[in-house]
Formats: sequence, C-alpha cells, structure tokens
Amino acid sequence: MAQRKLARLFDVRRVIGGLFVVYGVIVTLIGFFDDSAELEKAQGVRINLWMGLGMLALGLLMLLWLRLNPPPEPPEEDAEVRPGAPE
Amino acid sequence: MSGLRLDVGFVDYLILAIYFVTVLGVGFAARRAIKSSADFFLSGRSMPAWVTGLAFISANLGALEIVGMAANGAQYGLMTLHYYWIGAIPAMVFLGIVMMPFYYGSKVRSVPEFLRLRFNRPTHLFNAVSFAVAQVLIAGVNLYALALILQALLGWQLWTSIVVGAVIVLSYIVLGGLSAAIYNEVLQFFVIVAGLLPITIIGLVKVGGIDGLFEKVRQTPLGEAGLHTWADTGGTDNPLGASWIGIVFGLGFVLSFGYWTTNFAEVQRALSAKDMSAARRTPIIGAFPKLLIPAVTVIPGLIALVTVQGLGAPDGDMTYNNAIPLLMRDLLPNGVLGVAVTGLVASFMAGMAANVSGFNTVFTYDIWQTYIRKDRDDAYYVRVGRIATVAGIIVGIGTAFIAAGFDNIMNYIQALFSLFNAPLFATFIVGMFWKRMSAWAGFWSLFLGFLAAFTLYILHLTEVLKFNSDLEQSFWGAGLAFVTAVVVAAIITPFTPRKTDEELRGLVYGSGDALVADRVWWRNPVLLGVIAVVLAFLLYIPVW
Repeated sequence: MAQRKLARLFDVRRVIGGLFVVYGVIVTLIGFFDDSAELEKAQGVRINLWMGLGMLALGLLMLLWLRLNPPPEPPEEDAEVRPGAPE
Repeated sequence: MSGLRLDVGFVDYLILAIYFVTVLGVGFAARRAIKSSADFFLSGRSMPAWVTGLAFISANLGALEIVGMAANGAQYGLMTLHYYWIGAIPAMVFLGIVMMPFYYGSKVRSVPEFLRLRFNRPTHLFNAVSFAVAQVLIAGVNLYALALILQALLGWQLWTSIVVGAVIVLSYIVLGGLSAAIYNEVLQFFVIVAGLLPITIIGLVKVGGIDGLFEKVRQTPLGEAGLHTWADTGGTDNPLGASWIGIVFGLGFVLSFGYWTTNFAEVQRALSAKDMSAARRTPIIGAFPKLLIPAVTVIPGLIALVTVQGLGAPDGDMTYNNAIPLLMRDLLPNGVLGVAVTGLVASFMAGMAANVSGFNTVFTYDIWQTYIRKDRDDAYYVRVGRIATVAGIIVGIGTAFIAAGFDNIMNYIQALFSLFNAPLFATFIVGMFWKRMSAWAGFWSLFLGFLAAFTLYILHLTEVLKFNSDLEQSFWGAGLAFVTAVVVAAIITPFTPRKTDEELRGLVYGSGDALVADRVWWRNPVLLGVIAVVLAFLLYIPVW
C-alpha cells in the first residue's frame, strides 16, 4: 500500500514542477535585487527576472497538468507474487 | 587564475546543489518502484511517450554535443545545421515509423538481442562486446570532459570533479536503474534549455538581433558562406568542405541512420515505452525539440564568433570549444549563471548516464545472462546489473584518466566507435527487408564492414590516404562500411543455410504479428513523422 502511494508520488511532472518552482522563486527574487553592474553585464535585459518568472510558470504548469491528469492507479500487483524480488 | 573562470556566487552554488539533491532524490524514489529486472533495465515498459521522447533527445544532448555544436557553429557557420535537420530528423522518423515495430514488437530487451534472434550468437557477441566496451570508454570521456570544464569554470580540481560526477551518476543508476536515468534525463532536458536560453537572448540583444548577427558574421573571415546551408555545396568550396552528395548520403543517410537507429543507448529509451504506439512515437516526439536545439547551440556559436575577441585560437582558452563557456562568462549575471552551470553539468551527466544504463543492460542480459550464468532468478540479474554499473563507472574513471594523458584521444575513441554504426545499420536494414539473408551473412557483414571502415580510418591517420577533413573521411568511411556490409551479405547468403520462417517471425518485414499491430497504430506515428520532416525542410528555406 505504502509502495503504491510512493509510486503515485513519484511522477516526473512532480519532480520537474517542484524543481522549477524552486528555481523560479530563487531566480525571480535575485532579479528584483539585481544592481546596475549585473544589468549592464546582461545588456540591460532583466534576465534573472524574466527567466525566473518563466521557470516559475513552467513549474506551475507541470504541477497543474499533474493535478488535472493524475497518473493512473498502478495495477493491483503485489511484490509477494514475484519470487526473489528485492525488498 | 584561468581566463575562463566564472564569477560564481553563493546563489549559483545553491542552484547547483539543489539540482544534485533532486537527482539523487529521484534515484531513491525510483528504487521503490523496482521489483524485477525489467523494472531495472527497461523501466518495466511503463513510460508515456512524451517522457521517453524527451529522454531520447536528452540522451543525445550530452555536453560534448552542446559544446561541440556551438564550436562547429563558430567555425563552420550555419552549415552546422545539417547535423540537426538532415543529419538527425529523417533517421529519427525512420526509426519510429519503420524500425520500431521490429524492435518493440519482437520484445527484445536490447539491440544485440535482436541480432541474436535475427542472425546468430557470434553476431550477437561481436556487437554486445563492442557496444559494452564503447559505452564504458565514452562514459569516461564524458566524465573527463565534465571535469575539464568544471576546472576551467569553477576552479575545481580534476579529481574532485571526476569523483563528484561519477558518484552522483553511479548513485542514481544503481538505486533506480533506467527509470532514474530516464526521469533525470527529462529533468535535465528542461534544465539544459533553461540554462542555455539566456545566452541566446542576451547575446542576440547585444549584437542587434538576428539581422545584426548576420551582418556582423559577414564581416568575419567566415563571411557570407557562414550564412548558407546548401548554396555552395555544388563542390567542396564551402566551410564544411563537403558537397551535397556527401551531406545527403554520408551525413544524412549512412552516418545518421547508423547512429540513431542502431545505437542502443538511444533505442533503449523507446523500448521502455508503455506500448507499441508510445515506442514508435518516442523518437518522433524527440525530433521536434531536436529541430529547435540549434537556437541554443549554433546561434550562440555565431554570437561568440562576432563578440569574443580572438576566438578560434588553436589552443589555450580561446578555442572554438570554449564558445559557450566564454559567453557564460561575458553575458550571464549570477542567478541565470547558476542555472547555466547546472545545465552544463546536467548535460554531462545525461550523456554519461545514457552510456552507463546502456552498458549495464547489455552486459547483464547479453553477456552475463546469455553466455556466463543462465537460468538464475530475476533478482540475481538485478544484482548483476547494479554491480555492472559500479564496475562500469570505476573503469570509466580509469579511462577518464587515460583520456587525460592524451590530447586528442577522445576524438579518436569517438571516431573509432562510430565505425561500428555504419556496418551495423547496413546489416540491420538488409536483415530486416531481405528474409533470405542468412545467419552467417549477418556476422560477416558486420565484421567485414567494420574492418573496411577501420582500415580506411587507419590509412587516414597514417596519412596514406588524404582527405579534405576528418569529416570528409568519416563520410567515406561510413559509406565504404555500408557498401561492404551489403555486398558481403549478398555474396555469403547463397552459400549458407537460411533461417526458417518460424525463426524469423516478427523479426523481418512482412512476417508475424508486427504488421497486424501496425495497422492499428499506423496513423499517429506516420503523421507526426511527416510533420517533423516537413518542418525540417521549411526551416532550411530562409538559410538556403
């Protein structure tokens, strides 16, 4: 049972979504506080702000997709029926 | 202090550290899902097509590819696009539409296993061993290249980088097998793109957009010729030194079909798909991002050409290979810089993980289980796979240090093993469409085809034969291998016993259930494939 719950938790969309939300928040925050030297290096583009927001949006989209279309319940199959399985 | 050293700050390291933690977390999570060897080596054949499709392209998007294509962009200009649009898309679509029914439909677990069923054990052993050795060597090359770039960019010791990189890849593959590799590849795909995109954006702003970029390229020694793909290919007087015949048949047909359709590190991603339709769509879905990847490799190469003073030095920090790292240094502020460093590290790990997961599968199923220890229980082979992963990576670390001793050995190893691809593709394609081709014809085609290409390569290295460039040599080598393999098959087949129809069921064109299942799934892969090829054609038009 715990196994099946874990398998549901372990969806690649959750991994991508989680990582990009974290990256998005960090980079956006930096983008707010970029000083003029940073801006000059980036040719005046507020690149941290824009990339941060972009990554945040991608992360949230992945999580939204996961919510709207959750992975199917894995087939009823117990570890015990397969002899010699690890764990 | 190296001239390439980046001004990395706390936040950049934080971004890199979060990535490492996530990748390892995926390994631990994937471990819970592994109950059988099919789970470990083939992800239990459960992956949806978009996941396998992105993993398919990510397995190819190693850092050698990214750094190398940006370098080619700076050196050869837009002709580098041939590596993507004619040198990848048609082969990927062909793999999905024509070949995948045989691979997936015959339920083989690896490319060598297909050779064993279609031909015989010697063919199988030759291919399995050469593939396994190649994967370990190339994993070592990837590892060494990762260490070199971390040393240049971050000032890490070579030892530190090699061990950190190896331990992370080792951990997640030993724990989670192919599932962990594939999940991390999909993750890597997004991180790589997010890391490279700011270079293109800021770079284009700096040079005044695409028009400004092209205008500035015209003023470089590369000149107008660097802005065309086909215009000067009537002869060999173009940056790439190749005529359209070489590009279409050498690169577009033999080299590219050999790589994409028979390289197990790629095909394995499709074999993990959940059903035939998903397996066939895997390379075709991968083709769509492949169409656009030049925007973050070739374009930055051109930007580096016009903005980085002195790029193109024969050695030192200003070689073409450093185009992307130099732009990172010049253009990226802390924050996106951390994402870019993470993207580069991720792409090295993607390339290496693809090699390692291909290796452990072929070693376990095709060498250990087939020739050494048969008929053990399933859990035994999962253990063998985990031990093979550890052993493969340790040998890889060893080869990384051998590679460190030779300036150019990485190129030689890569070139050497690409010699296996062309005869393999010829043997496959003849074997799939000519039912009569005998088992021994398979072996001799593969072996003599390799020998022919290898001989030409040695003649090139010893300068007995002169070619315009290494690239031209590889076109000819691949072509010669292909022709040799086909001719050998035609000569040997009449003198050797044929395989029965029953043995060939599902393995050759027009036999068995493969085509019945085909009709059900026909529409989608073909339609998607045609769209990808048409897009590749359309993309060529503005840069003719």
